[in-house]
Amino acid sequence: MSSGAAVSLRGVTKRFGAVTAVAGVDLDIAEGEFFSMLGPSGSGKTTMLRLIAGFELPTAGTVLLKGRDVTRLPPFDRDVNTVFQDYALFPHMSVAQNIAYGLRVRRVAKEERNRRVDEALASVRLDEFGSRRPHQLSGGQRQRVALARALVNRPAVLLLDEPLGALDLKLREEMQVELKAIQQQVGITFIFVTHDQQEALTMSDRIAVFADGRIEQVGTPTEIYERPMTQFVAGFVGTSNVLQPAVARALVGRDAIATIRPEHIRIVAVGAEPDADEMHTIATVRDVQYLGAFVRVRAETDEGARLVVDVPSFTGVGADVALGRRCTLAWSSRYVRAVGQSSSTNTGGEE
Amino acid sequence: MATTTIDPVNVRGGLRRRLSRVLYQHPRLRLALLLGGPIVWLLVAYVGSLVALLVTSLYHYQTDPTGLVPRLVTSPSTTNYQRVLDAGVYRTVAFRTIGAALSVTVIDLLIALPVAFYMAKIARPWARRALVVAVTMPLWAGYLVKGYAWRAMLDPAGGVLHEVFGHSPGFGLSGTVVTLSYLWLPYMIIPIYAGLERLPNSLLEASTDLGAKAGRTFARIVLPQLRPSIVAGSIFTFALTLGDFYMAQIVGGTTQFIGNIVYREFSANLPFAAAYATLPIVVMIVYLALARSSGALEEL
Repeated sequence: MSSGAAVSLRGVTKRFGAVTAVAGVDLDIAEGEFFSMLGPSGSGKTTMLRLIAGFELPTAGTVLLKGRDVTRLPPFDRDVNTVFQDYALFPHMSVAQNIAYGLRVRRVAKEERNRRVDEALASVRLDEFGSRRPHQLSGGQRQRVALARALVNRPAVLLLDEPLGALDLKLREEMQVELKAIQQQVGITFIFVTHDQQEALTMSDRIAVFADGRIEQVGTPTEIYERPMTQFVAGFVGTSNVLQPAVARALVGRDAIATIRPEHIRIVAVGAEPDADEMHTIATVRDVQYLGAFVRVRAETDEGARLVVDVPSFTGVGADVALGRRCTLAWSSRYVRAVGQSSSTNTGGEE
Repeated sequence: MATTTIDPVNVRGGLRRRLSRVLYQHPRLRLALLLGGPIVWLLVAYVGSLVALLVTSLYHYQTDPTGLVPRLVTSPSTTNYQRVLDAGVYRTVAFRTIGAALSVTVIDLLIALPVAFYMAKIARPWARRALVVAVTMPLWAGYLVKGYAWRAMLDPAGGVLHEVFGHSPGFGLSGTVVTLSYLWLPYMIIPIYAGLERLPNSLLEASTDLGAKAGRTFARIVLPQLRPSIVAGSIFTFALTLGDFYMAQIVGGTTQFIGNIVYREFSANLPFAAAYATLPIVVMIVYLALARSSGALEEL
């Protein structure tokens, strides 16, 4: 048993009838960590969260909270709190009553309760909103009330189930920053479930990538993005060109499944030559998408492989990437990674 | 070659098209067609009979000097209402009926809450559908048949309850309350079931997540959210019991409800029967006013 782990999972499995939602997960989440569970829908990440919260009992395995076996304890006996995807605010109670609910249940004296509710409201910048009803708040405000309602109990671990999913992009980006700041301030372990790889990369200390009820890879955002270990991770986190062994042998000289990120391939300007240490190939431009900061080019090599190339907009590639144009693609071999065959049948990315 | 241009304003089209166009251009006419029939029905059949009831209740019979032939006096007077208030027996019957209505409502609520909770939150989809059918099934059977079935259940000499449990409440007030509770139970279960289905599971989970056990979650989260459903169900069980007279006749022994008095009086003294029949209406108005002041009707 590891010491210092806020949450330890040992061989945790959950089956619903014939469906295995979580298949033998082993994981240690450190105290004070911002830990994300990332995966597509149906990958088992939300079930995993519900097993830690106690809303589901595992079919097999053990859940440890700060070293204590809580596998078969009900939610009200676990020192964790949850921020729900739909916020689950009690509609017949005011914002302050919602936040006070957990304290009231635990018989915290009235004065301390009021003080802590006020503090919690202030910490999510809703000082003036205590007497409002949830339906009088915007989505972002409700989200912050849900956060305050959970944090006011000072749990050992805070579980967040896609809490930003219902917010629009701008608000979501603001809340990402705010959530991270709050986590650093309170120092509580956050376990954050999301299907948004960008969100996971931005906020997390570490990420576990889920597919088909299993963990594909655990690591820091840098490790996950730059050194994906499976084809699934390479495709799901960011965009990757996944080269099957035959193509990989021809293009990059590897006898395995190999990946390379679109931003690591460049289009050599007409008339210029690839650098001496670069690998290169000739391809035909098949599709061009303008995405603001960069232009996404899909090109087909003479070997028949389709590659995605992201060209920064400022480089002004212009006519070089016109449809049907022949061009030279070049990349450094250090960006090519051989990955394992994924345990998942799902290949993750769009390619 | 000439090209044909379509002038949309002068396109004549068939009769149906022109009619549809007229309707499209006149929203009030559409509304009149939509609601005309129901409004006539409401005014004539619904409000009309109620007005007839209230007007009749203000008539009274006067015995002529010979004391033999009663004469109907149509000038309005409160004679009948006076009699309802003065005679102890009518007050007793009224309180008994209201008491029975409250008992039936409470009994049905206590049975409906766990059943509806199981249906909405625990049962698998197929069991849920089966239970909805099972709960509403008694509504398909005739009211009289159910009354006589309960006679067979309650009969103190050889009824089902007596044979199986060795005891039966027999024919009387409690037998009537039991029978009416059976009859109106679906009207309580269905609104509560619908209310629980609308209640997100995450609210229940949030409550346990914040440390509350089942009892508190039920009292603090489920019940407040269910209040409109409970009020809706109770309006059915209360009003239906208040207006019932046939069950008291079949399984009530000598028990009399407001309806039994109305039924008895209506051939002998129609104005008095009308006056007594306004009593349940007044009680229902008070009941609805109480429900309204509790705020439960706003969310219906």
